[in-house]
Amino acid sequence: MKKLSANQKILAGVAIAAAVALPLVTPDFRLFQASQVLIYAIAILGLNLLTGYNGQLSVGHGAFFAVGAYSAALLMNFAGFPYWTTIPAAALICLVVGLLFGLPALKLDGHYLALATFALALAVPQLLKYKAFSKWTGGAPGISIDKPPAPFEFDIFGRAFNADVWLYLFTLGITVLLFFCAWNLVRGRIGRTLVAIRDQPMAAQAMGVNTAIYKSLIFGVSALFTGVAGALNALTVQYLAPDSFHMFLSVFLLVGMVVGGMGAVPSALFGAVVIVFLPNIAGSISKSLPGAIYGVLLILLVYFMPKGIWGALDRLRQFRLPRHRDTGSS
Amino acid sequence: MAAILELKDVDAHYGGTQALFGVNCAVEAGAVTTLLGANGAGKTSTLRAICGMVRRTGEIRFDGHRIDGKSTEDIVRMGIAHVPEGRGTFTNLTVQENLDLAAHARRDRALVGEDAQRVFGYFPRLKERLRQQAGTLSGGEQQMLAIARSLMMRPRLMLLDEPSFGLAPLVVLEIFQIMQRINREDGVSIFLIEQNAAMALDLAHDAYLVETGRIVMSGKAADLRDDDAIRRTYLGH
Amino acid sequence: MDLFVSQVLSGVASGAIYGCVGLAMVMIFTSTEKINFAQGEMATFSTYVAWTLMTVGLPYWAAFAATVAISFAAGVLIQRTLLAPLRDAPEMSQVIVFFGLFLVFNSASGAIWGYLPFDFPSPVKAFSTGTTLIGAHQLFIILVAVLMLTLLFLFFRYTSLGLCMRAAAQNPVSASLMGVRVGWMLALGWGLSAAVGAVAGIMVAPVVFLEPQMMVGVLLYAFAAALVGGIDSPPGAFVGGIIVGVLENLVGTYLVGTDLKLTVALVLIIAVLIFKPTGLFGSRRVARV
Repeated sequence: MKKLSANQKILAGVAIAAAVALPLVTPDFRLFQASQVLIYAIAILGLNLLTGYNGQLSVGHGAFFAVGAYSAALLMNFAGFPYWTTIPAAALICLVVGLLFGLPALKLDGHYLALATFALALAVPQLLKYKAFSKWTGGAPGISIDKPPAPFEFDIFGRAFNADVWLYLFTLGITVLLFFCAWNLVRGRIGRTLVAIRDQPMAAQAMGVNTAIYKSLIFGVSALFTGVAGALNALTVQYLAPDSFHMFLSVFLLVGMVVGGMGAVPSALFGAVVIVFLPNIAGSISKSLPGAIYGVLLILLVYFMPKGIWGALDRLRQFRLPRHRDTGSS
Repeated sequence: MAAILELKDVDAHYGGTQALFGVNCAVEAGAVTTLLGANGAGKTSTLRAICGMVRRTGEIRFDGHRIDGKSTEDIVRMGIAHVPEGRGTFTNLTVQENLDLAAHARRDRALVGEDAQRVFGYFPRLKERLRQQAGTLSGGEQQMLAIARSLMMRPRLMLLDEPSFGLAPLVVLEIFQIMQRINREDGVSIFLIEQNAAMALDLAHDAYLVETGRIVMSGKAADLRDDDAIRRTYLGH
Repeated sequence: MDLFVSQVLSGVASGAIYGCVGLAMVMIFTSTEKINFAQGEMATFSTYVAWTLMTVGLPYWAAFAATVAISFAAGVLIQRTLLAPLRDAPEMSQVIVFFGLFLVFNSASGAIWGYLPFDFPSPVKAFSTGTTLIGAHQLFIILVAVLMLTLLFLFFRYTSLGLCMRAAAQNPVSASLMGVRVGWMLALGWGLSAAVGAVAGIMVAPVVFLEPQMMVGVLLYAFAAALVGGIDSPPGAFVGGIIVGVLENLVGTYLVGTDLKLTVALVLIIAVLIFKPTGLFGSRRVARV
């Protein structure tokens, strides 16, 4: 079983400490952006477990994000759940939804699975807008929820510990927990099995691995991660509308996963930074053509870092510590 | 006799792995030359280096012209036909289409029909199966098709990668006889890689032995056949 | 009964469009094993080019021919400059490039021509089919699509270039050993598929009005069409398109209305694929350990 080296432990500790200290030096709206990065990182991590580690291509993870978000909102508005209980509830609901969707998906491979998940991504906003459900979902205009309050308020170093700071720290705590869980999941036997199913499905099966169970379970776990991210997003934004869960959300999660780097846990953070900030950068370059600039920036990212940011960092590291490494042949 | 193909200090790399280390060898014009060696010694890599299918450095000359900087397509258009390992059949094309494809780049269109007749002379079975999908042919027929295809390019040099691989002994014998005719009657030079070292040395005029990416022995095929080390390791008696 | 017949016929017409875009996808898929998600947006952009050419005074067919030629050249150019250098990049990275292209074309269409829908001309608007079952433009769409499919079939089946393109798609290494310039064949495939997409765009624009999102829905149906037909079969994509088009119309008319027809049609398609995973005309893949 792979363990963290001392250096990596220190790096992770410093990163968490810096994230905890962030509210001291940043205004509320920056904290909102930081929360968004964490939320998308969780969602991308979920997608990476499914697509990066297990090779099941999902072009529709925005659907699970939406299910998580609406679960949280409906439980708060109609069942009177306290905000923090919606996170485990959304996790459970999305796990079940993911498992249910994962079962028929077992029969579909590659591009067929892409179509099925893409259809899911298109169907969810349509269903949310559907008249018969609008009593709960609010239809096309959407619904709002109450902002979660801070459990206690005080000042620290001249910074008010308010609801925004609390929400950020709440999100951070769940992010750290989920990243820790994901890392534990992939570093051992389960992770190796998932990768084996991705790379050599027939061989894995021949060696007695029940690929169906692994594939549908990881579908559920992946939906769980992305659904928790959706629920956190609902709490952070406090407003939901079907059009926030347009198919482009799914595409951007996919983009975040690939430019972050597939098949590694921390890479989701880099991917999230890209999808949160790249649109702003594109907008500041050209007001009239933000979409085109965004597209060009994406293409350039792929061009210079074909294995994502994580892959590029990995290469830099190997460059610094030169050793003979067989890159293999085909 | 002048060399039609010459390799001087050729290295080859797959990604970060080096497969050939300073290979020197030559194929005499009109001759059959064979390259012997164990699996993974660098036989296929040598052929791939000649055709530009792998990253290579060093000097490669065909008919006196440098070809080590050219693309695969340009090299084969100069008159080198490469029959790859695994035969490279276009399984979804018909036999006829496989042959047409080989002739598509030729400038001497008038001679294509004549070549087709000669190819069918060597391989009458292919003529019976012209409309059949190439993927439905037997292994031996696919090997014949691969050789027929390369003949349709009217090459001056043929590179053959394990033509006997996976075939029944009788079929192998037939293919070797045809290769001999191609060499003698059509004057095509042949560079042959073969697992069946005994048959290869019988057919060849010259031979090289490659081990871990380096040429370790060379000479007349007859001399190598009598060498004790070769006999024990590659001929098994 | 008349309602049924006319719904089926108009389903065939929109299905012919899906089939054409699906065919464009299949042409790229067979040589690269990848779905070009930017196919629809490229077609929309081409249609805007045709609209501009007609606005400056070119007759319909001249603008049509010029647009097809321009789209072909642009397709070749995109493959040579953007995709050829990424040949060895991981598969998912290349998919992201397709999404990048999607955004570039979608946003450029809107920025250049605006987001208001344009009325796009049809050369047969003045004609009547003499029946209420099918409109003149719908009939025109079907005829153009069938003609294009026939021409493509003849090209791939009977020309030396078509043979080279098929060989390069099937076995690139072996094709280059036959002297086929594989890189250029891929680029030609992109050019042809962009040209087919342009025709589909010009055909569909009079029906749905020309606007930057025109092809987003079509793209999904085309993808479904390609998969239903069997992702590696060009005629299959076309037949798949017809099936998807008819299904879409019947679901919309008889089952759920227009609100959910996209969803229901897709669920049905996926259900079909679960039982027949290689599509109707696709070749069965043999897996190797």
